[in-house]
Parts: sequence; C-alpha cells; structure tokens
Amino acid sequence: MSETNLKKTPLNKVHRELGGKMVDFGGWEMPVLYKAGTIKEHLATRTSSGLFDVSHMGEIHVDGKDAIPFINHLTTNNVRRLKDGQAHYSALTYENGTVVDDLLVYRFNEEKLLLVVNAATQDKDWEWISSHRGEYDVDLRHASVEYCQIAIQGPKATGILQSLTSTPLDDIKYYHFTNGEVDGVGSIISRTGYTGEDGFEVYADATKAEQLWNKMLDAGGYGSENGILPCGLAARNTLRLESAMSLYGHEISDEITPLEANLGWICKLKTDFIGRDALLEQKRAGLKRKLVGFEMVDRGIARDGFDVYINEEKVGIVTSGSPAPFLKKNIGLAFVPTEFANEGQDIKIDIRGKLKNAEIVKTPFYKREK
Amino acid sequence: MSNIPDNLKYSKDHEWLLVDGDTATLGITDYAQDSLGDVVYVELPNEGENFNAHDAFGSVESVKAVSEIFTPVAGEIVSSNEDLNDTPEVVNDDPYGDGWMVKIKMDNSGEADALLSAEEYAEFLESEED
Repeated sequence: MSETNLKKTPLNKVHRELGGKMVDFGGWEMPVLYKAGTIKEHLATRTSSGLFDVSHMGEIHVDGKDAIPFINHLTTNNVRRLKDGQAHYSALTYENGTVVDDLLVYRFNEEKLLLVVNAATQDKDWEWISSHRGEYDVDLRHASVEYCQIAIQGPKATGILQSLTSTPLDDIKYYHFTNGEVDGVGSIISRTGYTGEDGFEVYADATKAEQLWNKMLDAGGYGSENGILPCGLAARNTLRLESAMSLYGHEISDEITPLEANLGWICKLKTDFIGRDALLEQKRAGLKRKLVGFEMVDRGIARDGFDVYINEEKVGIVTSGSPAPFLKKNIGLAFVPTEFANEGQDIKIDIRGKLKNAEIVKTPFYKREK
Repeated sequence: MSNIPDNLKYSKDHEWLLVDGDTATLGITDYAQDSLGDVVYVELPNEGENFNAHDAFGSVESVKAVSEIFTPVAGEIVSSNEDLNDTPEVVNDDPYGDGWMVKIKMDNSGEADALLSAEEYAEFLESEED
C-alpha cells in the first residue's frame, strides 16, 4: 500500500500543488481530479480547454531499415500507408486476434518510428515487441522515462498553444505531427487526443515538464472565467467515453478482438500481421458479440462490469458506464450478442440487483461540431 | 477543514443525524460529500420501509464512484428527500441543510445517544486522515 512504490510522472509535485487528488492508476500515482472537480474539468475541455498530464504513457522507439515491416508484422493497421509526419491508431494483437494493447504509431521517416502505448501495459508491450525482433534489422528503445507528454484539448487549445510556438499549428492536420519548439523547448507537436475535441499532445524532454505545463496553464488563463482547467483521470475517462473511444482493459483486452470492439477500421487484413488469420476466420464465421453504446432510460448509472439483460436473460456485460457530464445522460458501452446489436434495441442493466431499462443508441454519443 | 456542526450526531460511516424526539433527519457529512466529489445521483428508500441499524438504505454516486449510505439507527422511513432526484448537487452545496436524505422514526431513540458528538467526529476524522 505504500505510495512510495508507485511510479510518478515529472509533474507529480505540480499536481499536488494544484490540489490534485492522487490515486493509484495501474501502478502510477496520478491525479483523478483537481479542485474544480470532474464535471467542471470535463465541461472546460468541451467548451474552452483542458490540460492533461499523460506522461505515464509509454514511448518505444523503432529505428532501422526494417522499422516499417517490423511494425507491420506486429500491428493491425498498415504502416506502409503512413507518410512522414503522420500518425495512426492501431493495435498489437496476439496470434488469436485478441489485443496486447492499443497504440499510436508515429512515422518520422522510413527508418524512424515511435510507438506510444498505454501506461499500465508498457512493460508487457515492451516484452512482446522486443521478443518478436527476430531477424528484423531494427533498434528498439523503451524511452518512457525520457519523455513528458502533455495533452491540451478543446476549442481554445490551438490558440493557447499557438501563443507558445512559432510552428504554424493550422498546418498540422488531424493525426499529423511535427518537430517544433514550445516555449523554446524542443517538442513533438501532435494533433491527436483522447477527448473527442480538437487539440494537441506535446512530447518533450521530461525535465521540461513543469515549464511546459505551467506555461500552458498561464497562456490558457487558468483561474480566470472560462479559462483552461487541469483535468484528472476521471474527466479523461468521461470525455473519451462520450466520444466512444476504447479503453484497454475495458472495450479491448486479451479476451476481446478489435473486430468485436468496432475497430475493424484499424484492421487491414490484407497485410500480414500476428493475429491476422484469427481475425480473418472470425470475420468469415461472423461475430458472435459486438460492442454497442447505450443510454439509460430509467434513473440509475450503469457501471463497468454490470450485467446486461434482454428478455429476462443475461446476454452481455457493461465495459464502461458513467454519467456523461456534457450530454447530461447516463451512458455506457457494452457487449451484446450480434443479433441484438441494433439501435433502438431495449436492454436492461442489473444495477445492484435491480433491472433498469436502457436503450442501444448510435455511437459516438458526442461528436464535436467542426 | 470539514464543517462539523455542534448540534448533530455523527457515525463513523460519515452520516449525520439531527434528532428531534423519536425522529431523526439523516444525511452525509461535509467530509463525505467532499471525498465523493460531484454528486450526480442519489437513490433513496420509499416511505414506510424499515431498516436495522447499520443497514445500507440507499446510495449516493459521483461521476466516478458509488457509495452506500448506512443508517446508524433502526427505524422506519417517514420521509425521503425527493428534491435530490433532480438536484443531487445540493448534497455537495448544502450537506447539512437542503442536502438531507431521509427522516427516520427511530425504534429506540437511545441508539442516537451512542453516536459521536461533533468533537468526537472531528477527532475521528483526524485519526483517519493519516
């Protein structure tokens, strides 16, 4: 239980100074919320901007002549389609098609790529990736401790970050990135995020974390009305859930394939990767279950792990459930048999022994206006 | 520092009781609402339901967590605060006032005497802190 065993990001002290309530998140001591609270943090990200410390994420460098074939062998998406300065969402899969982890793949050039993986899974990922090196001509480096990663998200994010960099941010398209300077600090500036909003993720040297974080808070008018707010893990979760993005260990795991989790769009089955044959077979045989979004009709909040009933029969399970602070509804994602995975299907959720009505709805629950 | 009014009784589960004859009004303490964060949902029992001391009679939920609410005294629910259906955030804003949860007719009002005083609850919180 000793918190000294928990890993800390370079912003740990700053979180405490900001009143962050620190919790154990997969072995990392992270702020679950700050003084403003989850709802205000969530709404700030939707209507103004939110700042997130995501330094706990794992960075793995893949360099060398075979970098692209190597990553293509391990991941479901097609890395050959990436151009220099472009990134994509992908998954590492086992032979049986279930998921080792989901990740972002960044291509700097043909022989220099970066994988960004989840915090709690990064040691397992590193083990998996490095054990498959075989004859590939690649240099692999697990470089997480060298980096801080700060996400600035929301309609005001671009303007705030632009005030700290001469890199023209409007030239960076969604899921693209560039090397630049933020407040004079060499950074990877990436137009990506996990909130459903426009915004950026900035990677820089870990020793510069406090400088970048504080500059972004200042530039975003933290403390003033409609100013930027630092956001904890709870808001990060409700934001991604409103946008129906997957969270490893919930919608995807080593018991779930990407096809079941509506991630067919990142599975390029014409490329040959570990797990492809299993996914081809699953596709041929037809999916037995599918991930759907639902909204509570009755009062009550569905939570992760609650059972789903249709016609008095237990048919599935909630993978993520929560109040949706912007939509002001209680929503969730759940696996149900494919035959029931249709919008408008009535379902029931077992909330502490009481069956409460819910309805399958279209996802994402929230989509920003462009 | 948590607000702990002198005129109330407290449980170690962070409920407060305002005793008036054989009836007690019950809610969660300032410390409890602060630990939970933004309250988004409160589930309360119906009038006429009976509970033993230490039974869970309802639940209060924040964005992230569910917390059961226990009654430290046995008795019958004579009133539930239905306003909390539409405005659960009142539990955060006014935990000892409009954020009250139920009124309970106590089977044995002596049970309330055994609960913590404000001073004892403050000491209890301090011992919990670290």
